[in-house]
Amino acid sequence: MATTLSDKVWDAHVVRTAEGEPDLLYIDLHLVHEVTSPQAFDGLRLAGRGVRRPDLTLCTEDHNTPTLDILKPIADPVSRLQVDTLRKNAEEFGLRIHSLGDPDQGVVHIIGPQLGITQPGMTIVCGDSHTSTHGAFGALAFGIGTSEVEHVLATQTLPQARPKTMAVTVNGELPEGVTAKDLVLTLIAKVGTGGGQGYVVEYRGSAIEALSMEGRMTICNMSIEWGAKAGMVAPDQTTFDYLKGRPHAPQGAEWDAAVEYWKTLRTDDDATFDAEVVIDAAELTPFVTWGTNPGQGVPLGAAVPAPETFDDPVERGAAERALEYMGLSAGTPMRDIAVDTVFLGSCTNGRIEDLRLAASVLQGQRIADSVRMLVVPGSARVRLQAESEGLDQVFLAAGAEWRAAGCSMCLGMNPDQLAPGERSASTSNRNFEGRQGKGGRTHLVSPAVAAATAITGHLSAPADLANAVSEA
Amino acid sequence: MDKFTNHVGIPVPLRRGNVDTDQIIPAVYLKRITRTGFEDGLFAAWRNDPDFVLNQDAWRNGTILVAGPDFGTGSSREHAVWALQNYGFKAVIGTRFGDIFRSNSGKAGLLIATVTPEVVDKLWEHAEANPGQEIEVCLESRTIDTGAERFEFSIDDHTRMRLLEGLDDIGSTLQHEQLISDYEAGRPAYKPATIPVKVAD
Ligand code: SF4
Repeated sequence: MATTLSDKVWDAHVVRTAEGEPDLLYIDLHLVHEVTSPQAFDGLRLAGRGVRRPDLTLCTEDHNTPTLDILKPIADPVSRLQVDTLRKNAEEFGLRIHSLGDPDQGVVHIIGPQLGITQPGMTIVCGDSHTSTHGAFGALAFGIGTSEVEHVLATQTLPQARPKTMAVTVNGELPEGVTAKDLVLTLIAKVGTGGGQGYVVEYRGSAIEALSMEGRMTICNMSIEWGAKAGMVAPDQTTFDYLKGRPHAPQGAEWDAAVEYWKTLRTDDDATFDAEVVIDAAELTPFVTWGTNPGQGVPLGAAVPAPETFDDPVERGAAERALEYMGLSAGTPMRDIAVDTVFLGSCTNGRIEDLRLAASVLQGQRIADSVRMLVVPGSARVRLQAESEGLDQVFLAAGAEWRAAGCSMCLGMNPDQLAPGERSASTSNRNFEGRQGKGGRTHLVSPAVAAATAITGHLSAPADLANAVSEA
Repeated sequence: MDKFTNHVGIPVPLRRGNVDTDQIIPAVYLKRITRTGFEDGLFAAWRNDPDFVLNQDAWRNGTILVAGPDFGTGSSREHAVWALQNYGFKAVIGTRFGDIFRSNSGKAGLLIATVTPEVVDKLWEHAEANPGQEIEVCLESRTIDTGAERFEFSIDDHTRMRLLEGLDDIGSTLQHEQLISDYEAGRPAYKPATIPVKVAD
């Protein structure tokens, strides 16, 4: 029978199926971080259970970790306790952990791909909603809650009801200066934050095929922002080239066997999806958000919309509240919105390609006096790589801060937060009220827009900079 | 997990859509390593506002939240469920929920009752017209009874059965341990392992 990519991966992991019950799925990789795991380990201890497959489990510290003075003890005692708890749990249960100061430490969704341990055809879970990032490799990857974390630790399986399938087909070519981030922000504005609920989405079409692995990860990362359970891209030569030679990639005959299998991981030509969205890449432009959910976005060249323009009363109410929270009035051109903070980082846009793109815009430029810019690499390795390419010097010369790896201002669990009323252009994935600090106001943007905005002090694209050395 | 059959309590009308898990409990409150004590962070940004529904005497002791559409979207934090439970909520009624939030609720024993937008409107109106008056949510019959009116809600059969029986998921899965071992025996050799640590060159 003709099958979709996600169903192929699903079918290959069913341990048990029974009428009226969810399938029991085998999990190939379980990623663990400090925030959503302590209660799960406690549960194991209470029940006298162990971790079934320590060799399929990987822990890292990212959400609470400071991005300054990383070798000193964490200043906030509550954050420190949470990180220490993960270290103790990893030791007690015999799990591999990448702690602060380790070159493989970093945001959980950055380090999996970087180690080559995220591979096509796998099932990957983590107590974190942006686990969908790993779907860029053709893995079925989704976020779970703490009770499920405990379930996977104890059994290496999860009971799951089979989701519906959706295709997002992006035809054509992205115009010059338009990035994967702009594409996914446009998609979410089009379908709404609940548009993907209940679906595993496959991103396909020529514009997706042309993306680098980093760009595909940016798109899959934000699948959850429109409600999808997971996002996937069929593996291809770009995927294989990215993986080849990474520390955990198969080698020799195993590599050949793996690639042969991976090549079968594509939706059959005559397979059908339960739903489809089609986007024409040629129509896309740099895209930014004005509101307090990722679906409240417009092209950079547009203006803040008036709430009256929304037909749905719930959306209208949401827009009114968002404008009030954001301190914006309808009709203001997006380009006139001044920011005081620029955050470049997160599992959406904290990879080396994102840093290179931003550095290419900042090369030889100074950021505006009114702006503080935090550059937070997604992982310690990304930081080292950027330093070996001299990108840190570009950021520092421009007046930006060069920080250590972690989630940082993406959610402000560490000291990197917005103060009430402060406004950021952020390459992260959520502009929820208070996400980057209580009362903070967030505009989601691409790394190119983040860099140009830092220079001008108001929302801008590289094309707006008269003298920019722009490769965007 | 405790069994859930039915619950009688005060409905709280939360007239907002798109209440994501960052609103239910902001990240700075997620640092505890226990399952308790999260009630302080519940709806933290709104709790200082005297007009906020939970700051009004009629609803302070509410146990049934009547939410707007797209409740619990966003982050996977089960702390959002614990914060609601720690505060005293036993059930959330709404039209659409974030997938992970709904699944977390099922595991933790918080009832998620899905109804039509019309029913939410009626329950909001009923709660506001009769502040502090209790209603009944019955999982056995999948109904909500205000005393004046009865509404049906939906919940998937499997979650309902688990809640009614108070089943422990892990215990149920471990009954199939042999199937898990059989599956493991057939996994291809090229699948990656995290240990022993291979060193990058
Ligand atoms: S970078 Fe942000 S979105 Fe990604 S895992 Fe960290 S907190 Fe979550």
